Formats: sequence, C-alpha cells, structure tokens
Amino acid sequence: MIYWNSFSDFLAMGGYGLYVWGSFGVTALIMASEPLLVARRRKATIARLKRQLRAESRTTDA
Amino acid sequence: MTDRFNLYHYASPATFYPLAGRLIPWFAALAAIFGLIGLYIGMLVAPTDFQQGEGYRIIFIHVPASWMSMFIYLVMAFWAAIGLAFNTRLSGMMARALAPTGALMAFLSLWTGALWGKPMWGTWWVWDARLTSELILLFLYIGYMALVAAIDDPRRGDKAGGLLLLVGVVNVPIIYFSVKWWNTLHQGSSVNLAKSSMAEVMLWAMLLVALSFWMYSIAVAFARVRTLILERERNADWVKAELAGDRP
Amino acid sequence: MKSRHKKLALIAGAIAVFGIIVGLVLNALNSNIALFKSPTEVAAGHYPKDQLFRIGGLVKEGSIQRQADGVTIRFIVTDTEHDIPVDYVGILPDLFKEGKGAVAQGRLQPDGTFKAQEVLAKHDENYMPPEAAKALNDAHARGVQKQAEQEAAATAQPKKTY
Repeated sequence: MIYWNSFSDFLAMGGYGLYVWGSFGVTALIMASEPLLVARRRKATIARLKRQLRAESRTTDA
Repeated sequence: MTDRFNLYHYASPATFYPLAGRLIPWFAALAAIFGLIGLYIGMLVAPTDFQQGEGYRIIFIHVPASWMSMFIYLVMAFWAAIGLAFNTRLSGMMARALAPTGALMAFLSLWTGALWGKPMWGTWWVWDARLTSELILLFLYIGYMALVAAIDDPRRGDKAGGLLLLVGVVNVPIIYFSVKWWNTLHQGSSVNLAKSSMAEVMLWAMLLVALSFWMYSIAVAFARVRTLILERERNADWVKAELAGDRP
Repeated sequence: MKSRHKKLALIAGAIAVFGIIVGLVLNALNSNIALFKSPTEVAAGHYPKDQLFRIGGLVKEGSIQRQADGVTIRFIVTDTEHDIPVDYVGILPDLFKEGKGAVAQGRLQPDGTFKAQEVLAKHDENYMPPEAAKALNDAHARGVQKQAEQEAAATAQPKKTY
C-alpha cells in the first residue's frame, strides 16, 4: 500500500523535498500556532474581564 | 412564526456562546481525523504524477487552502449582508472571527503556490490574473481586519467592515474564473462539480484535506467568536455569571 | 421593517453597480490582464512594439535545438496556426517539454524571432500516475488509429492542452 521504498526517498520527494516540505512545514506551523494564539487571547481577555468585574462590584459595594 | 423565533434564538450571543463551546471539540476532532487520513493517503499511498513527479504533492495543501481562502470570504460576506440587513449582533462578530483564518488560508495558498511554481513553472511569482486576484484577496482580508480594528465603536466597525466585505466579494468569482476568462500561467481547474482530471486516489486525498481545513476553520472561528462575545456582552448578566463561576 | 428592505435594496444596488463597473474596467483592461500573446495575435501585429511582452503557446514537437554557440536554445512556440521561433539563454524549468505549454518573456526581433529573457513552463490540470497516463496515451493512439482507418486519410487535429 505504501508508495515509498525508504524513508529517505520519502524525505527527498524525488528532488522536490525543499519545496514540498517547505509547503507542509509552514502550513503545520501556522495551523499549530493559530489555535494557541486564539487560546492565549481568550485567557487574557477572560482575566481582564474578571478584573473589571471585581473592580466594579467593589465600587458598588462601597 | 416559530421558525423565525428559533432562528433569532440561535443567533443570540447568549445561546450561541455555549453551543459553540460544545461544538468546538467535535470540529477539532473531525479536522484531525480527516487531516490525518487525507495526508496519509496523499503523502504515503498516492502514486507519483506523470508530469510533475513528487512535486505535485504540494497540491494536497495548495488547493484546500485556496478553496478555504475563497469560501471563508464568501461566508464573511454572507454574515456581513445579514448584519447590515437585519442588524443582528452576532453577524459582525462571526465575520471578525473568521477573518484571521481566511487571511492565513490566502497566505498559505500564495506560499505553497510560490514553492510549487518555482520548480514546475520556473518562477516563484508571475503577475497573471489568478495569482494577482488571490493576492488581492489577501489584501482584502488584511484591509478588513485593519478597518474593524481602527474603529472604536464595535457596531460601527462591523458596518464599515461589512460594506468592505460586500464590495470585495466580486473578487471571488474573478479568482475562480480567472483561468477561464484570461490566459494565465496558472492551469485550469482540476476539479469542479461536473468532472475531475485527477486520478481518484489523489482526488480523495485532496478532498479529505479540504474537509479537514474546513472543520479546522470552523473550530478556530468558533473559539475566536466566543472570546469576542464575552468582550462585547460583558455587561450582560449571563456573561457576568459566566465570569463569576470559575469555568473558563 | 421598511427601512430594512430599503437598506437591503440599497446594498444590493451598490454591489450591482460596483460589479458592473469592475466588469467594464476589466473588459477594458482585458488585453493587459492576459499574461501572454498567442502567435496568432503576434502575427496580426497585436503586441507592444518597444517593450517586453510575453508570448505563449505549445512548444512545437521536435523543435528544441541547441544553437552552434552551445548556450542558446532555439525552439518554436506555436498555437497550431502560427509559429514563432524563440531564442533563449538560461535555465529551463522542469516541465519545459516539447508538445507542452510554455510562456516566454522578451522582445520580437526584426527578423521575426523572439529573443526571450525568461521562459516559463505552463502545465495542464491533469494529475495521474505515469501508468495511467501511458494507458490513456495508448488508448488515445489506438482511437486515433481507428479513426484514421475509418475516415481513410483523416488528419487528427493536434490537441490544444495549454
């Protein structure tokens, strides 16, 4: 089923390795970092909103 | 008019927020499954191409990314139209949540296209109609993000951004049909609803990766829209309850 | 409700007007959006005289030759109606082959040859394993032969794949 004879053949991509892996590498990098950035932004936003909420409730309590 | 009531019900941020939260893991899982199967077939099982050798395997990223870059724009334009026509709150947030992913897809389309063009065509870039209109799409995404970020009032930002999206939507058919309407270096479409000029195993791999990118885009956009909802609706009671309860 | 419909109509109108304008502009620019001129257009004189431009077509079968100086490559670009001989010094892309599409940028010389500074390969949208391509080719050849036999001395049109 597997088309390749060896792992090194797979890496070489028939001489197009640089182009093929350059495409896949950047895609993987982007699709791995985008969700991380979204999650980080979400955490930061929630932390900020919580701080604001606490500050608000203190002023209304006082 | 119960239908109508339901539609508005789900379009309300308060209902959509938990729904999106429940759906994200499913879309993420589907993205991973389709992506792994698609790449397994495309990179390990599929044979070489008679003209391009192993270099053709870039297609398994290039075409899905290009499709998504156009499709996401159409979805954003759809939300913009809904937002402008019915003044719904969620639409503007949906468009904003999709924009960065669309921009990344457009970038990936251009990046993988350059890496593919260099060995096969002999150039990284050429100003033909297909490549140029895809570059304009990337600029439209960036322009939209800059515009909505520059306007402080979110609802006014949504309106201005929505207009830009609707005006720019003419670019999508131009991208798609450019290879038919003008002579370009880029070849014609290999796949459309009527026919495919790809070997079946290659086509399946490509469609699976495209499906994976689609699911990925939904998952990321939903995650982003949830943050936007919290920010915008921070004065609503349900958001305050959500934030007070320690659930993230 | 009414203002909603009004707005909707306004937006639809704006898009339609914008679309028409873009369409008209593109139509006017049509000749500039096209990446290259075909040999027929060049033969008709439809090309910029004093500047670089691109020609495109098929590389004629059997036309690639290395010139006596050892570095210049000469080949013929054809659209089956007209031919243009092209001279080029440089590296050719992997997919540059006889019978396949190519695009060359350069200037037309007074003697009718095209001096290229850049040669790009234009491939088609077919992707298949080599065995399938061979099988298809053989089947095509058989089909052509059959047709030729049936129609006695019919000449098969060259397939336009660029």
